[in-house]
Parts: sequence; C-alpha cells; structure tokens
Amino acid sequence: MIDIQKEIQKDRRAFIKNVLSGTIAGSLLMVIPAGAALDQRLPEQISGIRGDDSPFTEKKFAFVVDVTACIGCGSCCVADKNEYNVPDGNYRTWVERYIIDDHDEVFVDSPNGGLDGYTEERTDIPYPVRDTFFVPKLCNMCEKPSCVQVCPVGATYKTEDGFILVDKNRCVGCGYCIQACPYSVRFLNPISKTAEKCTWCYSRVRQGLLPACVNVCPVHARKFGDLNDKTSEVYKLLREPHVISVLKPGMGNQPALHYLGLRREVV
Amino acid sequence: MSVAAHGETVAAISNFIFPNDLHVHWSLMIVLYPYITGLVAGAFIVSSLYHVFHIKALKPVARFSLLFALAFLICATWPLLNHLGHPERALSMMLTPNPTSAMAGFGYIYSAYFIVLLLEIIFIFRPVVVGLREKATGFMRVLYGILAIGSDNVSEKALKIDHKIIAFLAAIGIPMACVLHGYVGFIFGGIKANPLWATPLMPLIFLLSACVSGIAGIILTYILLMKISGRAIDMDCVQTLIKFLWGFFILDFVFEMLELFSHFYMATHHWHTLETLYSGPLFNTFWVFQVGIFSVIPFFLLMFMSLIRFKDGLLLFFAPIVSIMILLQVLLMRWNVVVGGQLMSKSERGATTFHPMWLEKEGILPAIIIMIAPVVILWIIGKVLPFWVDDEGVEAV
Repeated sequence: MIDIQKEIQKDRRAFIKNVLSGTIAGSLLMVIPAGAALDQRLPEQISGIRGDDSPFTEKKFAFVVDVTACIGCGSCCVADKNEYNVPDGNYRTWVERYIIDDHDEVFVDSPNGGLDGYTEERTDIPYPVRDTFFVPKLCNMCEKPSCVQVCPVGATYKTEDGFILVDKNRCVGCGYCIQACPYSVRFLNPISKTAEKCTWCYSRVRQGLLPACVNVCPVHARKFGDLNDKTSEVYKLLREPHVISVLKPGMGNQPALHYLGLRREVV
Repeated sequence: MSVAAHGETVAAISNFIFPNDLHVHWSLMIVLYPYITGLVAGAFIVSSLYHVFHIKALKPVARFSLLFALAFLICATWPLLNHLGHPERALSMMLTPNPTSAMAGFGYIYSAYFIVLLLEIIFIFRPVVVGLREKATGFMRVLYGILAIGSDNVSEKALKIDHKIIAFLAAIGIPMACVLHGYVGFIFGGIKANPLWATPLMPLIFLLSACVSGIAGIILTYILLMKISGRAIDMDCVQTLIKFLWGFFILDFVFEMLELFSHFYMATHHWHTLETLYSGPLFNTFWVFQVGIFSVIPFFLLMFMSLIRFKDGLLLFFAPIVSIMILLQVLLMRWNVVVGGQLMSKSERGATTFHPMWLEKEGILPAIIIMIAPVVILWIIGKVLPFWVDDEGVEAV
C-alpha cells in the first residue's frame, strides 16, 4: 500500500526543487543575454549593416514587390501576423487577387487579407479568364507621408533612415492618419487603442535581418535592400530597365515601395 | 458594373474593399463634433449681427445667443474625447503639437475662442450681475462677485468703456468664430486621400452651414422659451432672423450643390468614385433627405416667409418647423460628409456599410446624451445669468 502522506511530501519536495532551479535559471538568463546572442547567431541577411560603424542614416532602403512572381500563398501574411500578433480583422500587409475576364471586367478579392492563401476558385466570373495575378500590399513608406503630416501629436514620425513609425506611447488614437493614408495600410489596434501599420520590420532590419515577409516568401516576390549598396538586388532592379511603378502616384506621396510588373487595374 | 475599356484607368466597381476599410472609424461622435461647433459659430454670428453690425431688431436674442454659444462650446470637445483611443493624452495636441497637422491647432483655436466668448459675456452681463449681486446672498453673492470681476462701477463712464471692450471682443470674435468652424471644415478638406472631402470648398460649406444651424437653433429656442415662460415674442426679431436664415441658407445650399456640380462637370477620377457613392450608399441620406426634404422645402418656406408678410400666428407656426428642418439638414450634411466619405473604400472599387448601434461607446445613446448636455448647461447658465434682462434690469415681457 502506498503511503499517501509520503507521496504528497515527495511531490512537495519536487515542487520546491523545481521552483528553486527555475528561479536560478531564470535569474541567470537575466544576466546572460541569451536572446541577443540568438539574434547574433542568425546569419546577416542585409549585408553591410552588422558591424558597420557608419551612420545608419546613410542607408536608403527600398522595398520591391514582384507582381509577376507572387503566387498568393499568404506566407507573408502569416509571418507578419505571427511576428506582430496582429489582431484578427486588421492587416499590416495583405495580398489581393485580381482576375480579368475576356470582357475586361476586373474582379478583385482578398478574403481574410489572403492570410489563408487562395485555395478556392472563383466561380462567379461570367466570361473566360484572360489574366490573373496577385498583388501584395503593405506600408508604402512614403517620401512625403500624409500620415506624418496630419498626426496632431507627432506620434507618427519619419526616422532619419526613412522609416515611418508609430510611437504607441504618444498616439492619442484619433484616427486622423487612418483617414489620410491613401493606401489604407493603417488601422486602430483594438487592444492598444493606437494606430498601427507595417514598419518594414524596422527592428529586424536594424540588426541586419530581412523583413519577416521577405524572409518567408517562397518565390522571392518580395525584395528588400539598401539603394546605396550598388550590389543589392533592389538597386539593380530600380536602375535597370524594368516595368516598375508605385501605387497612386497622383497622390504625390512618393512611395519607397515599388512594384515590378504592376498592371493598370491595380489601385 | 462598368467594363474597363482599354486605356481606361478607372477601376470598375466590383465591390472590393481594402481589408482595413471595412470599419468606419470616424462615426457618430465625429458627426456631432462639427455639428456642435457649427451651432456655436452660428449663434455667435447672430450676437455679432447686433453688437457689431447694429442690426437693432436682433437685440432680444443678442445676449441669449452668446449664452447659447457658451453652452454648446463647453460640450464641443466631449464627442472628441469620447472618440479618442487615449483621451488622457488629449492635451498633447496642445503641449507637443505637430505644426503640420490640421488637427493640432484645434485646442488653441478652441481655447482662444472660449476666452473671447467668456470675456464678452462677462462684460455684457456686468451691469446686470452687479444688480443681481445686491439682491443675492450666500454662494450666489460670491459667484456674482466673481462674475462682476471685482467691479461694481456701473457709472455711465464705466459702461461706455465696457461697450468699447464689448465691440472689440465681438469684432475679433467674428473672425475667430469663422476660423473655428472653417478650420473644422479644413480638417476634412485637407485629406487628399478621400475624394469626398478633398475640396477647397469644404471649409466654406462648413462655415455657411454653421451659420445656418446657429440661426435656426436661436429661432427655435427663442420661440420655445418665450412660449414656455409666457413672455411676448418680438415678431420683428423673428422676422429678421428668418431673413438672415434664408440669406445664409441660399449661400449654403448653393455652395453645397456647386461643390457636387464641380465634381460632376470636371469628371476626374474623383467623380467616378463619388458617382457610385451618391447613387448608392448615400442616395437616401443625401438626395432624398438632405437635398429633397430638408433643403428644398425649407428653401421655399423661408422664401415665402421672408417675402410675404405672414400673420404672426402663421409665422410662429412655421418658424420653429423650418428651424427644425434646417437643423436636421445640417446634421444630415455632417453625416453625409463624415460617414459618407468613409463608406467608399480607398480601393475605389466598393463601399462598406455603417449602422450605428445604440449602446456602444460611440453609439446613438451617448450621442443623445452629448446633445442634451448643452441644453441642460444652458438651463443652468440661465439660472445664473437671466437670458432676457437688459442693462437697466428691465425684463422682456
């Protein structure tokens, strides 16, 4: 027969032992920066950032989306949602599906922002399909950003290296920037009650890592790099003759987000 | 559904909405904000018509309209604060403002206007307050002492100085009232991303509709309060107010229509977005209600009332009705601009819907409470400063 009291005592001892060892291990982690070491172990993805002493402000980053390559798998959206814990129903990035039929009618959709990929075929297209493609959308990191212009408290600001960021400790949650963004990339986070948007993964980029969505894209449709680095892919793409365009150029915002092979149907 | 011809850049309406555009972010509270500030600006204009432009017929309502403006001005920030995600940071807009933001200046303009309005009320009511202080006891005596700003000098010389100050305050108050509300229009007019808002006419339309709503509000409350308290209504005053209401409404309505017509005539890509908005989600609230019922009918009613000498009874029957219709017209205009502008997705391919709920934070019930609040405040102000007593302490009978 098992002595119940003895068993409970044993459990107690084990519990106290676990707590103690856990506390000691936890405290040690505070002293030894295990997290930082982990980042350093990841191979540098944007060359010339780690260990470069020259000011970061000399970088000029650009994002290029290759519309002809995107397969609409939604990996970028999943990576983004996981990286930033984006609340359901709001999107820092999304993927649109365009279908153009024989009569030039354009059908666009983006169910759940393309988060689940496009596994369902559209059955409501009246005529044979002549063209179809996917367009990922994200913050345009404008040279002349309307959101920065209108923010009443300066919570949305442009960093010296050209990133448009939101300081959630300053944001009053008025939503003026949401109205002013021509690309609808902003939303009010229902939990923090502050404005939020894609940051091109600023914290990752500062450590020499690629934005999460660029990192996971299986077909290399999202490209990111420094335009001052003449060996970078984005530099070459923007210099060489390609069909490259930006969204809503008439708005005058001068986006740093470029599209390769953008069609006229895309807004 | 239109078919995009070759070379055409206009998107076909296939009801695709950008994922972040499904939710209308500026809802009822932001409809109320320009509505309330408009009432303030309009009521102040009525007062200035007497104090600056010497429209003698408006004397009976000149003081009341200032108190009316004050009551609504006190509540002007309430819907904004209720809307903000972080109302506790609201003062940042004044302490650390972003100079390029159209919104950042509101706190300054609002405060400056508040001070001017308060000073004007204090100087206009000073002789009355001095008289009231004599009769009052306890707390009211202290309150009247404060309102009299420590001076019980009501000599002819002192009053003359008072009048000079009043004229000056009223005079700088007019441009400030115009800036206060024109600027509210600019908050919307300066948003290039929204084709319904992005027009230089927006501040002007907001300003004119503010004047219209303010005058209508004064007519309605003046007649109601006089009827309730059994006082005699000054028919000349009502007639004059109706004429001003008609005049301002002609300008307001014509500019509202001109704005729309300009978009239609220029037919840029903006119009192709707006066309679907006006013929779709905004058809009822804009064409049927704002234009059809609450603009055309009051337009003709006001015309008849201004040109034909109505019998007193008939005028007093129609004046409140036309005022209510005008007040609703302006409320509808705010709704159609603020909510309407957000219904069309920036995808230019589709529209979302918006139905306010009753009990949510920015729902219908909080909106009703915020609209009742200035009326209650006005009633409290009326307990302290009598609406209908003039300098000599003579009450309107």
